[in-house]
Amino acid sequence: MDKIELGEFIKTLDSGFEIKEGKQFTEVTVPPSKLHSLASQLRENKETLFDFLVSVTGVDYGPDLGLIYHLRSTKYGHTVVIKSRTPDRENPQFDSVSDIWEAADLHEREAFDLLGIRFSNHPDLRRLFLNSSWGFPLRKDYVDDDIITW
Amino acid sequence: MGIKGMKYEEFGDNESLELLKETGTNVLLTTIDDVINWGRKNSLWPLTFATSCCGIEMMQTGAPKHDFARFGMEVYRASPRQADVIVVAGTIVKKMAPVLKRLYDQMSEPKYVVAMGACTITGGPFYRDSYTIVRGVDLIIPVDVFVPGCPPRPQALLYGMLQLQRLIETQTIKSRKLRNASHNYE
Repeated sequence: MDKIELGEFIKTLDSGFEIKEGKQFTEVTVPPSKLHSLASQLRENKETLFDFLVSVTGVDYGPDLGLIYHLRSTKYGHTVVIKSRTPDRENPQFDSVSDIWEAADLHEREAFDLLGIRFSNHPDLRRLFLNSSWGFPLRKDYVDDDIITW
Repeated sequence: MGIKGMKYEEFGDNESLELLKETGTNVLLTTIDDVINWGRKNSLWPLTFATSCCGIEMMQTGAPKHDFARFGMEVYRASPRQADVIVVAGTIVKKMAPVLKRLYDQMSEPKYVVAMGACTITGGPFYRDSYTIVRGVDLIIPVDVFVPGCPPRPQALLYGMLQLQRLIETQTIKSRKLRNASHNYE
């Protein structure tokens, strides 16, 4: 399916999602509560079959924290982007999709390590690169004495 | 002279060498020191240490085109006990810093340090806005020779190693102990 058809197909799943045609891919914006159900539907549905999670990217938008999922289908060759954000900075909570795609395991650990986003139902949520004495360095409000700025 | 070393006139910096010869040693260099220093400088064996891109350039300096085995750095020793010089090639991050310090402490005297590349001199391209790197390896271990460049060409690293050889020539056994005592890195 190409971009436009994908957008329309996802609209039929739930009309509450915003669909946007980006330059390369179709982008779907979902609230965090509906993320897991959309992801499992996209994987299982015979017409889309998104079985390859390319990456999970954590973003700090300023007031919000968010996630961007790039999904690909090895059978049909199409790609879709799912975006999700939450305004809660104290305890940002998303559902883990590692039960749908195994690859999400390490990606979510990295997002937790560097941005502090927590994932429920994650098999082993702990830091990947840094140790616990660092805060969450990729947040915009990260303060550190050692950093020298311009 | 030819293939074994550079002529005295070809080095860019002879003033500091002369200064070192006059003031750096407080005992006149004896014949024994000359022989020992000749042996030490012509057989500097490096420790296998490379973290980043400078490590690739160091490997190229050891490869046949710009061979530094001609100058005595014949083998790389994997054990710090058996190594004479550590060429710190690559970025040092905060996670790596205690490891580097431990390796340096395990090396046996006399030991020398060559800081290769911009990352080990001041933090290099990562000086601004980085939360993980150590801005200069001389914050951790005492350095003898700095080789600037990002990465330095093999010829530049060879020049740095030859300068180190000239530095070793001017040292006596006694001045080495004084120099170590003056660095308080414990």
